[in-house]
Amino acid sequence: MSTASVPSSVAPQSLPKTHYWNATKGWKSWAFTVDHKRIGMMYLISILTAFLLGGTFAILVRLQLVTPGGALGVSHKVYNQLFTLHGVVMVFLFLVPSIPASLGNFFLPMQLGAKDVAFPKLNLFSFYIYLAGAALAIYSMVAGAVDTGWTFYTPYSITASGSVIAMTMSAFILGFSSILTGLNFIVTMHKMRAPGMTWFRMPLLPWALYATSVIQLLATPVLAITLLLLAMEKLLGVGIFDPALGGDPVLYQHFFWFYSHPAVYIMAVPGFGVVSEIIATFTRRAVFGYRFVAISSLAIAIIGFFVWGHHMFVSGQSEFAGMVFSFLSFFVAIPTAVKIFNWTATLYKGSTRLDSPMLYVLAFLIQFTIGGLTGLPLAALATDVHMHDTYYVVAHFHYVMMGGTVFAFIGGLHYWWPKMTGRLYNEKLARLAAVILFVGFNVTFFTQFFLGLRGMPRRYASYLDQYQGLHAFSSIGSWILAVGFVLIAVYLVQSLRKGAISPANPWGASTLEWQTQSPPLTENFPDTPHVTTGPYVYPDEETVPARRVA
Amino acid sequence: MPTNHDSILFPPQASTFAKDVDALYYFIHYLSIFFWLLIVVGIVYFTWRWRRGHKEGAAPSHNLPLELTWSIIPLVLVISIFLWGFKSFMNMSRAPGDATDIHVTAQKWSWSFEYPNGMKAMNELHVVVDKPVRLIMTSTDVIHSFSVPSFRNKMDVVPGRYTTFWFQPTMLGEQQVFCTEFCGDGHSEMLATIFVHTQEEYDAWVEANSTEDTTTPLPELGEKLFTSKACFTCHSVDGSTKVGPSFQGIFGHEASLADGSKAMVDENYIRESVLQPNAKVVAGFAPVMPSYQGQLTDREINGLIEYIKTLK
Repeated sequence: MSTASVPSSVAPQSLPKTHYWNATKGWKSWAFTVDHKRIGMMYLISILTAFLLGGTFAILVRLQLVTPGGALGVSHKVYNQLFTLHGVVMVFLFLVPSIPASLGNFFLPMQLGAKDVAFPKLNLFSFYIYLAGAALAIYSMVAGAVDTGWTFYTPYSITASGSVIAMTMSAFILGFSSILTGLNFIVTMHKMRAPGMTWFRMPLLPWALYATSVIQLLATPVLAITLLLLAMEKLLGVGIFDPALGGDPVLYQHFFWFYSHPAVYIMAVPGFGVVSEIIATFTRRAVFGYRFVAISSLAIAIIGFFVWGHHMFVSGQSEFAGMVFSFLSFFVAIPTAVKIFNWTATLYKGSTRLDSPMLYVLAFLIQFTIGGLTGLPLAALATDVHMHDTYYVVAHFHYVMMGGTVFAFIGGLHYWWPKMTGRLYNEKLARLAAVILFVGFNVTFFTQFFLGLRGMPRRYASYLDQYQGLHAFSSIGSWILAVGFVLIAVYLVQSLRKGAISPANPWGASTLEWQTQSPPLTENFPDTPHVTTGPYVYPDEETVPARRVA
Repeated sequence: MPTNHDSILFPPQASTFAKDVDALYYFIHYLSIFFWLLIVVGIVYFTWRWRRGHKEGAAPSHNLPLELTWSIIPLVLVISIFLWGFKSFMNMSRAPGDATDIHVTAQKWSWSFEYPNGMKAMNELHVVVDKPVRLIMTSTDVIHSFSVPSFRNKMDVVPGRYTTFWFQPTMLGEQQVFCTEFCGDGHSEMLATIFVHTQEEYDAWVEANSTEDTTTPLPELGEKLFTSKACFTCHSVDGSTKVGPSFQGIFGHEASLADGSKAMVDENYIRESVLQPNAKVVAGFAPVMPSYQGQLTDREINGLIEYIKTLK
């Protein structure tokens, strides 16, 4: 970055006089705002609420599983509703929008040196669509919670009681929020980059968000069509998926996974972007093999479209289809492995500080590697047959989504917190919370690999006595996790109320969002930045020419 | 053939292909541990060696040969994993020609087995050790999945079509069957047992089951059927509520029905509830019970009635 405008890292006495938070006042100034930062903050509050709700369901699920007969003392139906709501809330209300809609909305334009996204009003509209979808989801929980699992498999979902229509329509509506955000981001990256900001001078978060947006735009409409067909079948009795009406239940699985497998990358890839940002800042060096890391996000997005059938090896699809999907699935491993190796190599000859965001990133690297490697026996046909629909899959999925995405998200929240709020948090407590979450997560989910290998099926409200030890141990982990999250909530709220004022650039980061005041102005930068170097250049380091070929 | 296998990771290896599946798993397992340790040792060492204040020399921005190496080595490894997985999968998918065909019908929430000689059993599958068996499976309602962890095999059971599942047991004794596709309230109780016998034991079992039981006292017969026909999945005998009403103390009392009327629980009511379960549904319960028409003899229905009378 050109160093001319780097603000001082000395802590000021008070917040800047004007910033996006106080530029205009009153609830209307928030309800009708087109500022990407305010919209990002509103998303942040919404998805954190969703996370709290989904997490509460998870704790109840784990409570039930402490004893073979169910420690919660609820009927099987209620347990089935609990795990369904945990899945639906976490996937559709939290994971899909999490990083792109909150941190992405806030920092994508800033990292590009832009004043806002390309379509600010559409951005606000996307947020209201999200709220409408969330409201419908909450209505469906009250009106008769669904017990179908978040996958809504037919024909069970056709015949199930509960407000399946309201819940699937909620996912349908939320999908549009996702599509429009993706569209907005793509246009923003094509059209809004600051002068001198070439594609290969973009930080890695925009690269990851670009790949994510492509998937959102291309895959989400298929989910919309599928859920619409499901609703038509349930309401009008049109035979599509239910064999009793002449339909094909396996067709539903193809449609569903055609979206939901790429959707896994909608949830994971933005986390890769956050990790790249944090790792560069806390090692004070450019991410090793920047171009490989940038391009591998796109590669994952593209390959991700051709592997959906690996969810269906025992569904009754042909052995030939199984072979093709197994073969293709292994190709996701390559760009993912490249990222892991490159991040690790970034630590080589760096200048590493273990502040709390970096602790989350190290936990991410350790856990996401396990998540990736445990995908190998699930992509291999013979071993997947044994593990499919057992706790092994549950553990693998949580290592990617929670050990990966959630840790990246929490790390990003800590990293950008001083920029978003202008205040610092209690760093000692933040490091403690990172360690508690690391321990709690691994106690909870590593245990589930053993459960799965030993044959424990998913979605069981009660289970055979032989599995109790492992189940109880896993539940203890969930309580440790809860303690960690409560601790984070406590010191972040404390920081908002009376945290120390943060310098504009407390970490000495090099990307553009740090080269302006904290919290930023509504226009982000007093003057449009002119970019002359790559994204990760630190004063004590030899400048790396941005156009060098990788 | 391995008969048992002491492992903290897996259940016993009880079918011909279990050993091969485990071998592939262990190959991936040790490979994964190697790469994971490589990453973790790298992270820990680099983080400590080049902690803030210990910087030396310029860090390399990239290294094409290195990056190609760590792309190509994993590529070769995953393709070999794919080939092994595919080869073993084909063995698991194709039953040998001399396999005995047994028909399996899944319904919420039980498994019915029909043998070549017309014999039927519920939630119990009896087979002979070292003889291949092919299950031809379908479902009458939603998708279920037939999973036997100790055989390392699993296959969805889909309404409106047939799927197959084959195995050759190598171990005498009982093997646990789970339903592994979510199918509703009774999903976690939709269990069955595979009894692996010697030929003599199997013949004796066939002998005992192909003649109708005319000697067991009726209440005792009913109690046996309550277990073997999986009534217990949905009905308790201790007053607790499951998917359906409890059987405790219902006989001779009036039940409130879903349509607002009342019905006396007597012999005719029970018989009707077994054969046409949705004719009179008790208030507060969903009409989800399947009909047992054709699955129980008259004497067996009498047995169930007498058993329910004993539950005071």
